[in-house]
Amino acid sequence: MSWIPAILAIVLVGWFVLTYNALVRLRNLFRNAWHQIDVQLRRRYDLIPNLVEVVKDYMSYEQETLTRVIEARGAAISAKGAAEQGKAENALTESLKSLFAVVERYPELKANQNVASLQEELTATENKISFARQFYNDSVMTYNNKIQSLPSNLIASVFDFSPAEYFEAGEESRGVPKADLR
Amino acid sequence: MICPGCGTANHPDAAYCNLCQKSFFPTGVSRFAGEATGGSPGPAAPVLRPVPMLSFYEAASRNVRMSRLLFLALFATFLAVGGGIGSAYGNVGYGVALALILYAILASTAYFTGSSLVLSIHGAREADPAIHRKLRNVVEEMSIASGIPMPRVYVMESRGMNAFAAGRRPEEALVAVTTGLLERVNREELQGVIAHEMAHIKSRDTLYNICAAVLVGSIALLADMFLRGAPFRGRGRSGGGGRGNAAFLVLGFFLAILAPIAAKILQMSISRQREYHADAVGAQFTRNPLGLAAALRKISQTGAEVPGENRGTQHLFIVNPLRHFGDDASALLSTHPSTALRIQRLNAMAGIAPAAVGS
Repeated sequence: MSWIPAILAIVLVGWFVLTYNALVRLRNLFRNAWHQIDVQLRRRYDLIPNLVEVVKDYMSYEQETLTRVIEARGAAISAKGAAEQGKAENALTESLKSLFAVVERYPELKANQNVASLQEELTATENKISFARQFYNDSVMTYNNKIQSLPSNLIASVFDFSPAEYFEAGEESRGVPKADLR
Repeated sequence: MICPGCGTANHPDAAYCNLCQKSFFPTGVSRFAGEATGGSPGPAAPVLRPVPMLSFYEAASRNVRMSRLLFLALFATFLAVGGGIGSAYGNVGYGVALALILYAILASTAYFTGSSLVLSIHGAREADPAIHRKLRNVVEEMSIASGIPMPRVYVMESRGMNAFAAGRRPEEALVAVTTGLLERVNREELQGVIAHEMAHIKSRDTLYNICAAVLVGSIALLADMFLRGAPFRGRGRSGGGGRGNAAFLVLGFFLAILAPIAAKILQMSISRQREYHADAVGAQFTRNPLGLAAALRKISQTGAEVPGENRGTQHLFIVNPLRHFGDDASALLSTHPSTALRIQRLNAMAGIAPAAVGS
């Protein structure tokens, strides 16, 4: 019966290899998902100057809205740290929303093909940002489930797979419409 | 308008209930635009039983369990037919081996026939980025939400509203939608439809379908071989071996006639489970089950016809192009659950239950 320990050893090593590789794969998945968010954020930075360029000739009376968008973009690009950047990105989203609200009031702007396609691109990019965040959180959940549940948590604790943090939506983006009191 | 049958609140102009499909008008008045208003009553509305209020995670894993179970049953039927034939000829093992070899041959032919065939049957053209910018954007959004590579995007010229996904692996997948769908849905609804298709891709349902279809095909083929071969078998082995053969023969005939039917029923219920599963996983991608529910409602009011529709590819589409929506589609041999049942489950994912259940 000397083959019993041998088979046990093979099964154990096989389990170890599969589980360890699964953990590594899940960790890389959520890390990559984090970078995908950055890709979409950068795309938004690139689109905004084009939109501003097209819109500004029509909107002589709404310079303030445009300036706010440009300033919010600058602040978001130069923001340091996750918390500050989250806040700046939310401010940028808000300023874009008010710009689109203004565009709605200008029939010749709405009819402009360039504006329409830029608006579509920005809407899509906004969606991609939030779906990329959602996918990041989904990947974090899968990874955390794996490192916390038996038996994979045994390997996770030995090889120092620590729980990942979720992306939290900022207070501004929780959906409570805020009155402008400032 | 509040449905008198199930108590659901509907759009004021609705001609029939979105949930239980009961017409608000006396029978004989058409529910579909352009349909002749004869005296015959419409097809019977499906009876809606209450569904458990499940989140999309729970709903999806329940569907996975169901379809695995059904698939196992289908595979067991297949092995039983192989074994049955083998035992009629004196050796169970040979029968099973023959069945497995047949399956391997058929499965590999099916696997290597690409999805280009489906595209040409339905006249799908690659979506032009300049014209179908919104469509391509929505597909990209959903590929980000689902974490699979961006599939190729195709458009079919048709007034009907429909969509399908194909491709054995996520890396070589494609989605196709009709122009009729693009014209009539808003962004939220389009997202729901595309998310459903991406869910099919992510859970490799094309592969699932190929495996199930090939099993059903092999069972039919084996049964046929048995039925044709059996009458001559007695002559080949004259003399001994007469004992028990009569009993085996009767059993064999019984199996050979019933097994293909049972297999077809199993295959179709797998297909319906995969549809429910894709609805649930799609809702996980959009976090908005009501977008797809709204799209399904529009499809059921407009029609889902596609160019080149045929029985061979009907299972691929988001809504079966060949069926009428009022049909009781949870019937045993349909590829899709009825649209009303799907909408009901999507509503349940969003926490909306029918106020009362129609009897």
